[in-house]
Amino acid sequence: MIRLLVEGDARPATAGWALVAAGIGAALALGWVLPRWLTFVVTQGLAKGLAVMGVVLLMRAGLVSFGQGLYYAGGAYAVGFAARLVGLREATGHAALGVAAGVLLGALVGVVVARYRSIFFAMLTLAFSMVLYGVLIKAYTVTGGSDGMPIPLPTLLGLPVPADRAGAIVYDVTIGCVALAVYVIARYLASPLGFLMRAIRDNEVRVQYLGGSVRRAIYRTYVLAAGLAALGGVLGAFNVGHIDPDLAYWTTSGEFVFVTLIGGLEGVGAPLGGAVAYELVKSYAFKYAPYAWEMVVGIAMLVIIFLFPEGVWVSLARRRRRTSP
Amino acid sequence: MDRRGWLVRILAGAGAAVLAVALAVPVRQGVQAAPAKPGEVKVSFVTFLSGPAAAPFGVPARNAAEVLVEQLNAGKAPAPYGAVGIGGVPIRAVYTDEAGGADKQVAELRRLVLDEKVDLVIGYISSADCLAVAPVAEELKALTVLFDCGTNQIFEDASHRYVFRTAGHQILDSVGAARYVLRADPRAATIAGINQNYAWGQDSWASFRDSMRRLKPGVRVVAELFPKLYAGDYSAEISTLLAARPDVIHSSFWGGDLEGLVIQGTPRGLGKQGTLVLTTGDTLLPRLGRDLPEGLVVGARGPHGALAPDIPLNRWFKSVYTDRYGIRPVYPAYHMAQALLGVKAAYERAASGGEWPTKDQVIAAFEHLTFETPSGPIQMALGNGHQAVEPSAYGVTGPFDPKTRERRLVRVVRFSTACVNPPEGMKSAEWISQGFPKARCP
Amino acid sequence: MSTLTIIGVDGVVFAAWLFLISVGLTLIYGVLRILNIAHGSLYALGAYTGATLLLAYFRHDLWPLGSLAVLPLAALLVGVTAGPLIERGLLQRMYGRDEILQLLTTYALFLILEDVMKLVWGTSPYYAYRPYGLLGQVSLGGVVYPGYSFLLVGIAALTGAALWAFVNRSRFGRLVVAVIHDPEISVAMGVNLPRVYVVTFSLGAALAALGGAYTAPMIAIVPGIGVEVIVVAFAVVVVGGLGSLEGAALGALIVGVVRSAAVHLLPTLELFTIYLVMAGVLLLRPYGLLAGERVRRL
Repeated sequence: MIRLLVEGDARPATAGWALVAAGIGAALALGWVLPRWLTFVVTQGLAKGLAVMGVVLLMRAGLVSFGQGLYYAGGAYAVGFAARLVGLREATGHAALGVAAGVLLGALVGVVVARYRSIFFAMLTLAFSMVLYGVLIKAYTVTGGSDGMPIPLPTLLGLPVPADRAGAIVYDVTIGCVALAVYVIARYLASPLGFLMRAIRDNEVRVQYLGGSVRRAIYRTYVLAAGLAALGGVLGAFNVGHIDPDLAYWTTSGEFVFVTLIGGLEGVGAPLGGAVAYELVKSYAFKYAPYAWEMVVGIAMLVIIFLFPEGVWVSLARRRRRTSP
Repeated sequence: MDRRGWLVRILAGAGAAVLAVALAVPVRQGVQAAPAKPGEVKVSFVTFLSGPAAAPFGVPARNAAEVLVEQLNAGKAPAPYGAVGIGGVPIRAVYTDEAGGADKQVAELRRLVLDEKVDLVIGYISSADCLAVAPVAEELKALTVLFDCGTNQIFEDASHRYVFRTAGHQILDSVGAARYVLRADPRAATIAGINQNYAWGQDSWASFRDSMRRLKPGVRVVAELFPKLYAGDYSAEISTLLAARPDVIHSSFWGGDLEGLVIQGTPRGLGKQGTLVLTTGDTLLPRLGRDLPEGLVVGARGPHGALAPDIPLNRWFKSVYTDRYGIRPVYPAYHMAQALLGVKAAYERAASGGEWPTKDQVIAAFEHLTFETPSGPIQMALGNGHQAVEPSAYGVTGPFDPKTRERRLVRVVRFSTACVNPPEGMKSAEWISQGFPKARCP
Repeated sequence: MSTLTIIGVDGVVFAAWLFLISVGLTLIYGVLRILNIAHGSLYALGAYTGATLLLAYFRHDLWPLGSLAVLPLAALLVGVTAGPLIERGLLQRMYGRDEILQLLTTYALFLILEDVMKLVWGTSPYYAYRPYGLLGQVSLGGVVYPGYSFLLVGIAALTGAALWAFVNRSRFGRLVVAVIHDPEISVAMGVNLPRVYVVTFSLGAALAALGGAYTAPMIAIVPGIGVEVIVVAFAVVVVGGLGSLEGAALGALIVGVVRSAAVHLLPTLELFTIYLVMAGVLLLRPYGLLAGERVRRL
């Protein structure tokens, strides 16, 4: 488990599963003990962390998606529409619906973007998320435009959620979904698909000569990332209680990319921990230095890029030198 | 160990440290027992402190809050607000920036209530933020007073216990505008609108358009434009309006968008070939001064700013505000004054037994309250006593007055509260479509 | 009068603005192969500097029309200060590294510059709208247009022509073209690569600032105006082909006219026509309309 979280190594250890169960149990219990404000921020971080994990999976092949906000917003608005149009309240139903919406959207968009690499991949994913943004803003009668939509409290397995316990319950649902997602990612990383993505980063043409389908690998990973981001969007929607089109704006996707950078590509825990740390720092930084915190984030990014050329980036850096600057 | 490993360890350590600190802080559940008189009343004022809405709106509102809190804490306000602070307890003001979008404001509200433990929140200029924040305030059982946002949806589409709004909503601006326009130009046959694409803009236009259709059947809509909030550049939209040549152009634009529209539109003749109605135009008067053209129909979201009545409370408010900030208060400042004074009146009425009131007692006192403000008496008459009603007033920009350094408003017409607000229990759209039942107009 | 004329005029005016804000981006990409996300911040810097200079100018009793000459000055100021500072101080260290890393560096730069502007100029809006009304009005097709819009078209055309002459006719321009085609051989032939890079980047920054400076009299200048501009400029440049000056002009024209048509005919689509066009062009011509051949090296 520790190996998975820190090194991305999914080979099962001996006492692994007992440890995992204990860890999840402790995390769940924590939600009832921590101050409500803290559970809110941690839940927000975990929800965004899911989207970040999608970015990580793609970046392992050298592709930066600047448009995961498309799916984060997609999942969130799926919840909004289901609640408003069909009256769906059940949290598990919303989660399933949100992920399905994300996967469907990703399957459609992926057909186009999987053909591109590098900057064009980044720009095209950005463009698609901005198209959704425009649609959400303009379709005022359907989506509420820039006002967004309120998200009513969900029911959990049929039981209504009391308002004063909502924070802890949403937190627990999030922990559960994150645990599930981590499991899926663990299987992915250990599968041929996971290894193929690393190979693509090293030398795409060689992979093709060896008989692997580069496009299929990228497409499937992209759809997985879309599903993860959509799940994150669902959880974020429940947590905040309100959604608006800014979730699809390119700066939201930019935040996901930044967190990927601080967490690194090799572990599964780092993206999640990084996202939670980022949310914590962001809320307190905004309170004390509302006009300087973005600068601090930018400087931190530069520090990481310059001081950690190996580790995070040795894989990307190795791929260089084949074209001129 | 390589650097990345260290980075992960540092992150894990930081996370653990934060958790440890958080756990060490005692967990406090909400306090609801009859409290002793507190040392201070902590109030968070939420308005735009950055971005295009700050200078014309958010900052005047914040300034009003600041000067009023000072005056109240010193006990220097005129009757009936002479008590120190609120009911003898000084006010501690916390100012929060409303910029960043509705999601951010919802998160901020949670932080203010759960983390900073404010006693009440007065704020929200943007209708989007109000709509987002109201249900969450209910969930948190946090006393929240909306002071400025204008969408009618707050209390028409839902009912709230912990949320109050001490200003009238857009219906009075829209119906007032329609009535004024038809007085000024009874032969107006075509109308057009340019409004921001969100609840405030959509609701304002819908009410104005439907009122016009009701009051003058046969009037034709030649353009309905909804640019995005904060779009900034309206050249193409202005071309469309100029080409359509309507008799009346309605705009509920506010803040920086309004200034952009006027700056870009008036040199091109917007407002010359037809009547341009700016329902929130009061904020333009001191800021653009002589650069604001003559002949524009300007409103102040009620009897505020340039349209405020000459009563002692108003004279006092104008003088303390102008002394402090060198410029006269615009209508957002008046709205803030209403909210703060309304809260004070409610608390003091609830505390009239001598004990510090509980939240429920304050709510009970606030509902259906009538209280005095620099704009005249305000009555919490709609939304089961949670929504205020105000009269409306409009005027036309006239000659420049070098003493006040702004244009004077001429041909002012005032519409009474009963003329421009629906009766309790009736939604705005219904009220208009049924021909304004129970309205009493001059 | 005819809606088509109005759409055309509005489209060309908008296209002029788009060209001004995008041409710097494509130039920097063409030569340095860096997609500069901080481009929007340079635009905003130009707007703020332009506004500050304009306000200072109008405090003295000078010839009003002269204020228009102040705007290129603002652009120049930004170009010669921010340009070399960013290129020498930051980007130079990233040459040879992965494109994505360079992209993230410029993203970090964007975050930093946004807050720097808030700290220097504050968060209240700046208004410098006096020049906007100085050039009178022109009536076209029954609609009144401010003379300023046509000034913008003129400036855009002038800039495009000057750049074309610079690249194709001047000696330094030839060096730039050489570097675009093959940096390694250029160095081998004795071209001072670092100098080409710093001059080109500063030129690109100045162009971005020029766009901002000429926009200053039209809008309320507030923090965040650069954020939208970045995506719009990207869309235009990608449509025309990254690295192609003619592409920037063509992309600006296409996007400008399409958006203008949308505002007049289908207002609901207006906001995302730009991105739809971008996505559409990329689907048909993956590298943009006028991009050169891309050699794939193994």
